[in-house]
Amino acid sequence: MNEEIIIAGFGGQGVLSMGKILAYSGIMQNMEVSWMPSYGPEMRGGTANVTVILSDDRISSPILNQYDTAIILNQQSLDKFESRVKKGGLLIYDTNGITRHPERKDIRIFQVEATREAARMGAARAFNMIVLGAYLKVQPVVKIDNVSRGLEKSLPQRHHHLIPMNLEGLKRGMQIVKEA
Amino acid sequence: MGELRLMKGNEAIAEAAIRAGADAYFGYPITPQSEVMEYLAQEEPHKRTGMVLLQAESELAAINMVYGAASTGKKVMTSSSSPGISLMMEGISYLAGSELPCVIANIVRGGPGLGTIQPSQADYFQATKGGGHGDYRLIVLAPSSVQEMSDFVKLGFELAFKYRMPVMILSDGLIGQMMEKVELFDQMPRATEFDQSWATTGKTPDRERNIITSLDLDPNGMEKHNLDLQEKYKKVVASEVRYELIDCEDADYLYVAYGSSARICQKAIRMGREEGIKIGLIRPITLFPFPYDIIGEYAKKVKGILSVELSAGQMIEDVRLAVGTTIPALHFGRMGGVIHSPEEVLEGLKKAFLK
Repeated sequence: MNEEIIIAGFGGQGVLSMGKILAYSGIMQNMEVSWMPSYGPEMRGGTANVTVILSDDRISSPILNQYDTAIILNQQSLDKFESRVKKGGLLIYDTNGITRHPERKDIRIFQVEATREAARMGAARAFNMIVLGAYLKVQPVVKIDNVSRGLEKSLPQRHHHLIPMNLEGLKRGMQIVKEA
Repeated sequence: MGELRLMKGNEAIAEAAIRAGADAYFGYPITPQSEVMEYLAQEEPHKRTGMVLLQAESELAAINMVYGAASTGKKVMTSSSSPGISLMMEGISYLAGSELPCVIANIVRGGPGLGTIQPSQADYFQATKGGGHGDYRLIVLAPSSVQEMSDFVKLGFELAFKYRMPVMILSDGLIGQMMEKVELFDQMPRATEFDQSWATTGKTPDRERNIITSLDLDPNGMEKHNLDLQEKYKKVVASEVRYELIDCEDADYLYVAYGSSARICQKAIRMGREEGIKIGLIRPITLFPFPYDIIGEYAKKVKGILSVELSAGQMIEDVRLAVGTTIPALHFGRMGGVIHSPEEVLEGLKKAFLK
C-alpha cells in the first residue's frame, strides 16, 4: 500500500493537524509515514497545505507533483490541485464557499459538507475530523482504532478530553460523505 | 527497539542533542530551523540532564559561546540557517584553527543574501570548501531523513571529539520541517567519554598548561600547525567516507544527490524504471570527506551521471573530479527555494542523456 495525499485549505482550518493525526494513525498501523507542510508567509492567514504519505515501504520523495488523493477545503486549493490528482484517484471537498466545482471525469469525486456539519454539532473544532472521517469512509487506509490511538499520541494530555468529540466528528463525516 | 515518535527534523535534532548528553546548546532563532530551540525550551533540558540552553543575542555571540564551552572539553552544539551560518563563519574558522570539537547544524534556505525561507542546497561550497578563512575543513554530514537528523547528532559528537574538529550537519528546510517516524536512541550520560587531556579544565600541578588558541605569530610554528591540521584531514579522508548505494547494480545512468534531493531522486528512479530506464543513486552521506572513489568506480560502468542539487551546481564540481572525462557528468537543480519534483528530475535525466 502506498497512498499519497494532499490536504489543502485555509490556515486555521486544522489542515496540518489533520495530516498529523493521519500520519500518527499510520504509525499505529506500523506503516512508514511522511508529513511535509507548506511553511512560510502563506501560513499566516492564507492557504495552508500538507503532503501526507502512508506506505508499507520506505518512502522516497516527501515532495510530490501528483497525488492519489486530494482533500480540498477552499476554492484556491481546488483550482490548484484538481489537475494534480492521478487518473483514477480521489478528490474529496467541502462544498462550503465553492463557486466552481471540480470538473474532471477521470477521477472519483466526493463531497462532505463539513463546515455545515460542524456548525450543526456546535463544535467548529471537529471540522477537520469530519473531513478525515469522510476520507476514511471512501478510502479506509487506516483503521478507526488506530486513529483513536493516533489522537492520543498527537494531542497533548491536556487536550485528551476532546478525543470523544473528535471521534464523534469522524463518525459524522463517515455518515455524510456522498458521491458528487 | 528505541522509542518511536513522529517528529519534525528540527525537533529530532533537538531531542538528539539532549539524548547524546550534550552539555550546552547556544543559538539564535531563524526560519526554517527555529523549532530546534523552541523544542529545547519546551523540554527544559536543564531539568532532564542539566544541559544548558541559551538564546544568545546574535549568531556571533552563539558561535563564540560554542568556542568558549568547547575549550573546556564540553559537548556543545549550535544550529542556524544560511544567513545565520554566514555570520558564524569567523567563529567556525577559529574553532577549526583551535582544534575544538562541536556540532553545528545548518538548515539551509535559499540565498544569496537574506534570500528566502524555503529549502535550498546552495551552501555546499560554504560547508565543504571553507566559508571561513584559512586552510581548514569541517566534517560535513548530510542527513536525508528525520531519522538521520537524530542519528547524525550522536555521530557528529563522536567524530568531533575523535578528530577534535567541528562537524557540520548540512540539512535544509525540507528535512527540517517535515515529520517522519523516528526511532530515538537511549539517553546517554552527559559525562563525556572522550579524551579531554587537551581541554582547559583547570591546571593541576602534575601537568603542563593547556592553551586553546588559533594564533601563532611565528610563521614556522603556524606552518607546523597547518601541516598537523592537513595530516588530521588526511586521516578523516582515509577513514570517514560514508555513502549509500541505491539501485546501482544494474543501472545505466546514475544520480548523485544528498539530503532532500536524494529523496526526490529515489522517486524519480522508480518512475524511470517503470518506463524501462535503469537509473541508480549514489547518495553521499559525508560531503567532506566526499565519496570520490565509489563515484569513480561507477563512472566506469554507467553511461552518464546527473548530479541533482537544489543549487546552480556546486557538488557537480566534486562529481566531475571523481568521474573525470570518460562519461558525461551534468548538473540538474532548481534554485532560490523552489524544489524540483520527481517528474522534473526524471525529465532532467532524459534531457541530459536520452534526447
